[in-house]
Amino acid sequence: MRVVFKTSYDNDIDLHEHGYERARTVVLLVVMVLLPFVVGDYYLAEATNTLIWALAGMGLMIAVGHTGQVSLGHAAFLAIGAYTDAALMAAGLPFVVAFPLAGLAAGLFGALIAIPAVRMSGIYLAIATLAVFVIVEELVILLEPITGGVGGIMAPSISIFGLSFDRYAALPNFYWLVLGIVALVTWGYANLMRSPTGRSFLAVRDSEVSARALGINVTRTRALAFGLSSGVTGLAGALMGHYIGFFNYELFSVIISINLLLVVTIGGLGSIQGAFLGAILITGMPQLIAILRDGVNANFGFDLGGIPGLDTMVFSMILIGFIIFEPAGLYGRWRKVRAWIEVFPLARRDMFRRHKTYLKTERMK
Amino acid sequence: MTELLQLVIGGLANGCIYGLVALGFVLIYKSSEGVNFAQGDMMMLGAFIALGLGNSGQLGLPFAVAIPLAVVIMFGVGWGVERVVVRQLFGQPQFTLVILTIALGFVFRFVAGSIWGYTPLVLETPFAGLNLRAGGLVISLADLVAIVVTVVLTVALWAFFAFTRIGLAAQAASQNQMAAYIVGVPVMRVNSLIWGLSGAVATVGGVLYATRGAIDPNIGLLGIKAFAAAVIGGLGSLPGALLGGLVIGIIEPVAGRYAPGELAKMSPYIIMLLVLVTRPGGLFSQIQMKKV
Repeated sequence: MRVVFKTSYDNDIDLHEHGYERARTVVLLVVMVLLPFVVGDYYLAEATNTLIWALAGMGLMIAVGHTGQVSLGHAAFLAIGAYTDAALMAAGLPFVVAFPLAGLAAGLFGALIAIPAVRMSGIYLAIATLAVFVIVEELVILLEPITGGVGGIMAPSISIFGLSFDRYAALPNFYWLVLGIVALVTWGYANLMRSPTGRSFLAVRDSEVSARALGINVTRTRALAFGLSSGVTGLAGALMGHYIGFFNYELFSVIISINLLLVVTIGGLGSIQGAFLGAILITGMPQLIAILRDGVNANFGFDLGGIPGLDTMVFSMILIGFIIFEPAGLYGRWRKVRAWIEVFPLARRDMFRRHKTYLKTERMK
Repeated sequence: MTELLQLVIGGLANGCIYGLVALGFVLIYKSSEGVNFAQGDMMMLGAFIALGLGNSGQLGLPFAVAIPLAVVIMFGVGWGVERVVVRQLFGQPQFTLVILTIALGFVFRFVAGSIWGYTPLVLETPFAGLNLRAGGLVISLADLVAIVVTVVLTVALWAFFAFTRIGLAAQAASQNQMAAYIVGVPVMRVNSLIWGLSGAVATVGGVLYATRGAIDPNIGLLGIKAFAAAVIGGLGSLPGALLGGLVIGIIEPVAGRYAPGELAKMSPYIIMLLVLVTRPGGLFSQIQMKKV
């Protein structure tokens, strides 16, 4: 077990606890940058998809994992990001301008909803976001001149300073672009979480009453968190639009909202790493299922492809399993394994005991 | 005028079904402050079980036997879901139940889809196609049955919570689990019972839905609308749920007649957001100041 001797307050809030962790981050980044030289186009596209999902997952993580606001409608912000970006680029703005504006539009919309919604707690916010999602979905169909209605629109090809970042013509470039954006957002997110603002998010999540007693403006903090969350998700939406190429409202179905929730829950609520782990799982699982299906088909002559909805079913079962047996998610499990290794012979069973809360109503009647 | 009345009557019957599903939400909310997002899918499953028992192509039991049997089976399903899955979450934060029940909903949909397929099926009922005429109005018997059954069921459930020992115990369990335990309420058993009950109510809603049109595994999505109904009425209030259902049921066809189609689809949610913004606890609010 590594003991870190902290000599200053800066040490205490450092992004990396010790040099080894810092080196690991650098190695990971280098591997990710070199990926296009190692793998083929198919896997590179999958990696890009995973990164985009991780970005969207990070967006939701700010709200669900770090501020404790469950949102069932984050696909709405994906849609807003994607359509704003495509519309602005179609109007002639370059990607470098349209992309941040898309995030901003989604963020502002999110904050606008959040201001009345954050007065509601827990379950009511989840419901309100679901309602917002349905409304946005119908609006997308109504606003046909911008969104192409049911028919959908084409995301314009990206080029920055004459260099093509097209998803098909220049996939490695597109991958690096996405990687850069994801790395930047992750860095910003990690820094946010060690700033007073980020800490007030955690305080609001853990106890609203105590946060208020400490002088945190709970409503403002929640609205800010929700705005940031939807903004990041909007950025992911814009990238997703470019990744898919041609999309309509069906790309942003309620299933996507649920999948996003799956990403953060399975990944591990309250950790940035969790968003990535969850994204890897959710984008890798269909591939795995496809491979298994082919295997079963070849070996047993039993066609699983003939059963519709099997993928969703498998996802649901995984989700139920995680919620019951490992609510801390993949990252939580990894932390337990790591702690077990670090203290090797000294691990005890109660080191990670879950603490239970007993229900006490807020309804007084 | 006749046209509007006609729309309102159809809307009332629709609203009753939303109200019934909303009642299921409220039941569970009242007893454990959790929200069962699979309620719509339980309704769908109930309708399909009734169809599987009653239709001539399937098991072919008489209508009067098949429906109560379906209600009993779904009571068992609700009970079982609580016993096997939901109970594991005891003592966990509320939103875990939200995510869990969403996943459960998908499982139910998959189960129904693999047994009965994804093409719409029609439940055979003794009163299919029968209409009553009053003035210029045509009232189908199915609508009338839906309205009557819903009103009776709402009153019965309200009486259950207001007067019976178990109903009161359920309310106590939702207000303070620990204290309820201490005074001897078997909280877990009460929860199982309430889940069973909400499964039974969902089945009634599903059967009434099926009497008025074809069903397929995706009708569970109606749950979202019923959810809006529960919120409009105020989660935790049984008459509120019914009222919310009626409001949505009536506004939808009226908006559909006089406004563009997309607006009609949005209308339940717009109303819900308006209610949430102006009266965050719903029309029959039960929320008061949070105390430390």
